[in-house]
Amino acid sequence: MVRFVLRRLALMVPVLLGLSILLFVWVRNLPGDGPARSLLGNRATPERIEAINQTYGFNDPILEQYFRYVGSLLRGDFLDSIRTGEPVTQSFFDRLPVTVELGAAALLFAVVVGIPLGYLAARNQGRLLDTLVVSGSLLGVATPVFFLALLLKLVFANWLGWLPATFRQDPQIDATEVTGFATLDGLLTREFDATWDAVLHLILPAVALGTIPLAIIVRITRASVAEVMQEDYVRTAESKGLPRLLVSRRHVLRNAMLPVATTIGLQTGLLFSGAVLTETVFGFEGVGKYLFTSISQRDYPVLQGYIIFIAIIYSLINLLVDVLYGVIDPRVRVS
Amino acid sequence: MTPAGPSSGTPALEPVAGPDAERGVSLWRGAFQRMRRNPSAIIGTLIMLLFVLVAVFAPLLTSFEPGTGEFFREVTPSKVPGPSEQHWLGLDSGGSDMWTQLVYGARQSLIYGVASTVVGLLAGSLLGVLAGGFGSVGGRVGRWVDTVIMRIVDILLSIPSLLLAVSIAAVITQDSLAIIIAIGAAQVPIFARLLRSSMLAQGGADYVLAGNALGFRKRRIVMSHILPNSVGPTIVQATLNLATAIIEVAALSYLGLGADNPRVAEWGRMLVNAQERFSADPRLAILPGVCIVISALGFTLFGEALREALDPRSRR
Amino acid sequence: MTSSGSDILQKGSRQPARPDPNEPLLAVRDLSVAFGLRGRRRVTAVDSVSFDIRPGEHVGLVGESGSGKSVTSLAVMGLLPKRGVHVAGSVRFEGRELLGMGRKDLAAMRGRDIAMVFQDPMTSLNPVVRVGVQLTEVIRQHRDVTRGEARGRAEALLEKVGIPDPGRRLSEYPHQLSGGMRQRVLIAIALACEPRLLIADEPTTALDVTIQAQVLEVLKDLVADTQAALLMITHDLGVVAGLCDRVNVMYSGRIVEASGRDVLFGGPRHPYTGGLLGSIPRLDAPRGEPLVAIPGSPTSTLPWTQGCAFAPRCHNAQDDCRTDPPDLVADGPRQLRCHHPLDDRTAQARATAEPTAATSGPREPAGPTDTASFERPAAPETPDEEGSR
Repeated sequence: MVRFVLRRLALMVPVLLGLSILLFVWVRNLPGDGPARSLLGNRATPERIEAINQTYGFNDPILEQYFRYVGSLLRGDFLDSIRTGEPVTQSFFDRLPVTVELGAAALLFAVVVGIPLGYLAARNQGRLLDTLVVSGSLLGVATPVFFLALLLKLVFANWLGWLPATFRQDPQIDATEVTGFATLDGLLTREFDATWDAVLHLILPAVALGTIPLAIIVRITRASVAEVMQEDYVRTAESKGLPRLLVSRRHVLRNAMLPVATTIGLQTGLLFSGAVLTETVFGFEGVGKYLFTSISQRDYPVLQGYIIFIAIIYSLINLLVDVLYGVIDPRVRVS
Repeated sequence: MTPAGPSSGTPALEPVAGPDAERGVSLWRGAFQRMRRNPSAIIGTLIMLLFVLVAVFAPLLTSFEPGTGEFFREVTPSKVPGPSEQHWLGLDSGGSDMWTQLVYGARQSLIYGVASTVVGLLAGSLLGVLAGGFGSVGGRVGRWVDTVIMRIVDILLSIPSLLLAVSIAAVITQDSLAIIIAIGAAQVPIFARLLRSSMLAQGGADYVLAGNALGFRKRRIVMSHILPNSVGPTIVQATLNLATAIIEVAALSYLGLGADNPRVAEWGRMLVNAQERFSADPRLAILPGVCIVISALGFTLFGEALREALDPRSRR
Repeated sequence: MTSSGSDILQKGSRQPARPDPNEPLLAVRDLSVAFGLRGRRRVTAVDSVSFDIRPGEHVGLVGESGSGKSVTSLAVMGLLPKRGVHVAGSVRFEGRELLGMGRKDLAAMRGRDIAMVFQDPMTSLNPVVRVGVQLTEVIRQHRDVTRGEARGRAEALLEKVGIPDPGRRLSEYPHQLSGGMRQRVLIAIALACEPRLLIADEPTTALDVTIQAQVLEVLKDLVADTQAALLMITHDLGVVAGLCDRVNVMYSGRIVEASGRDVLFGGPRHPYTGGLLGSIPRLDAPRGEPLVAIPGSPTSTLPWTQGCAFAPRCHNAQDDCRTDPPDLVADGPRQLRCHHPLDDRTAQARATAEPTAATSGPREPAGPTDTASFERPAAPETPDEEGSR
């Protein structure tokens, strides 16, 4: 197992190296007159451009620039944001809890609702429930995150007034920050009203962000359960006279969860994409919104750094899923 | 098990028709027949047809031009005129006829969707066929080519697709080509992996081994046996990607990275423009939003039904 | 289980639940199974099949793949999928009707009273659950034992089926076991609660030839030990010859010949049975004698409503075989469904002779005769009009 993890980590190195080259070449070849010009835009003065060229070493030979760039990457030391002057690494990790909290809530929603729905649909194949679940999941996949977010806001915040429409927390609540996770901080500091408020603020964004993963998990679970129920070993279990619950839990679900686990891992990429949109709609100051603002203002150091960070996190999560996969499926453990 | 027609007069030793004749029906004809029986395939096809027809014949469906803002005078800060005799879906927040905007928006979505999927399909297939072809031929060079290509695909896959599209769109100056390339590039890894894996899976299939044993050239086996069998899954994936592409085009516009030209009607931008008046007049956002959902749903339904129809296991 | 033959069902459920010494352990009457989702054409897989199994008796159900023998066994166990499957007739175990029985009652009997060994050991064990759990779960379900007792019993069972080092094997996963060992595990699972009836569905077909005999031996010993009755489903008459007291031969969903083992092997009367026997290599056959295959495949059949399903492949077939469906009727010590059966003594010779020479044996009176004189308990004649469509 340890060897497997190490090998996978080693395999990540060429991918990240390739990604860094790609990003390096990409920023160097931005349209316009050199990187500094495209970084600063057309209104920049020559002095400002020269200053940027000096700071970022754009005048040095290209290979030297690349090695310096890789060196700084290895030290985890990215450039500063052109827009705010904030160090990229710090800005990323300051905002990461917001995004992780949102993503985790969305994934929780998707898994907790999706797996039972998919299972029920598979058990009732061809009946009304199945048809409803399948059509619902198709609709879920076809609905853009930002449109769903707007609709949720309209119905539950504006019309019904049940839930808050924007921000992570009511600004009037003066919550103490410990970990950066708004829901957790309230529990740690015993400011339970702060936690409750954060949870309320989290519901709509999490539902909006979690709907596409939910739809995908429902479909995969349904297909997987339906397939496993046809398996000979489920028939064997039935022939033993086991109660339905035991057959479902031990023989159907445990096997059917294997492809679902993989899917959940793949959803994390989708969550990062979706977070850009969801955080923008709901005014969450997370990684996604910061990235979006940086993109629209052509803040390339931020873009570069964030993409590498996200790629690393994404790869690590997929590695984690594969390790978990080995825990559920003994056949993988040996090979 | 299937009773094979009235063949009472045939001598016993003759191979009796029945399942063999059934097997003779081609994969595609069988798929077509299965799709005709599947209600969601029919709904998907109808939506797709409607969408394409509206997109193609947009100028015939309305007497206005898109994105002119010619009725902007009627738009007040507090109110955008709703449905009337002249404008049966009302105006949009920019002062253009809503119906016209929606109809031309379909055209825009279709162009972007198809073009970006074609870009992704071509580039991805090329990579996938190269990797899969070399991989299934084997040998040191074959494996090396396969590995290098798949590492590149891995790099692309390590970035979530919308972020990839966003970063590409951000770099290239804002025009249609940028959007098409950005969304197409995000699809490259999907097609590359799909083609490679289906080619490799079939590389070990019995009929390919049989071809090897008969002494056919490897290239001939790849071209005449492996590729045609990868076509089905690829078409299915392309249909599904069209749905994703339509959504991502809207998402890019929503993030302000879409086409800059206000004369071009685009559903995603209509949504953004409607946002500030959203709670006062939800119609402005819901109409284009519903258009996105329905067209994406049409392609998804069709793609899924096609996948099911082409899956040999679902024929039971 | 959906049952369309509710009238028959009712009759069955009126039977007393108390075991009757004269009552067979398992009584299958007019069992029919048809497949087909609504709107599609129905395909009849099992067509009015009737047979009995008495306590401790070993009965063979023989036929080619597609003859309906496996579907019959799944119907008896209530293991057919519910959607698109139509089951009619009656299956009584110790007088209790199994068709239409509630899931809970059925589950209580499965594994405890009736157990089953399946064909493919590679797919019949759950790949992600330890062998020990898969074995003890059936014991713990039906016997009031502690976890430790169940494990001890499981170890003893593995020992009995010839798996060395059972303690270690219990904590392994199926993929760590060979095919033969897995089938031994499945046999151990089936016999764990000492059922009174064991259904074995081609238990050795998927195994290596060298392993088949060993596994069969294990099965035979354990069935003898537990005194269970056995329903052996196979296409291999050799297996039947060594194991079964009585044999039912199925073709295209119907029983075509049924009799005691010795009667059947002494001289098959149905050309299909003759063909099956003729295709087995025999040690006592003259050197150089070719094996004879049954021409055609099981898919080249006639619907039973139009005539004899075997007619398209039969050497003895005459015009009436293709127009007039034969009934299952008494024929000496056996039951037979054939217009032109093979002559007892020449059956073997005929089956091996060239097809054109085999015209017709002297036709036995095929009308209904006195059923009381038969070896097997009265099985009702199967009316041909109902069923297959």
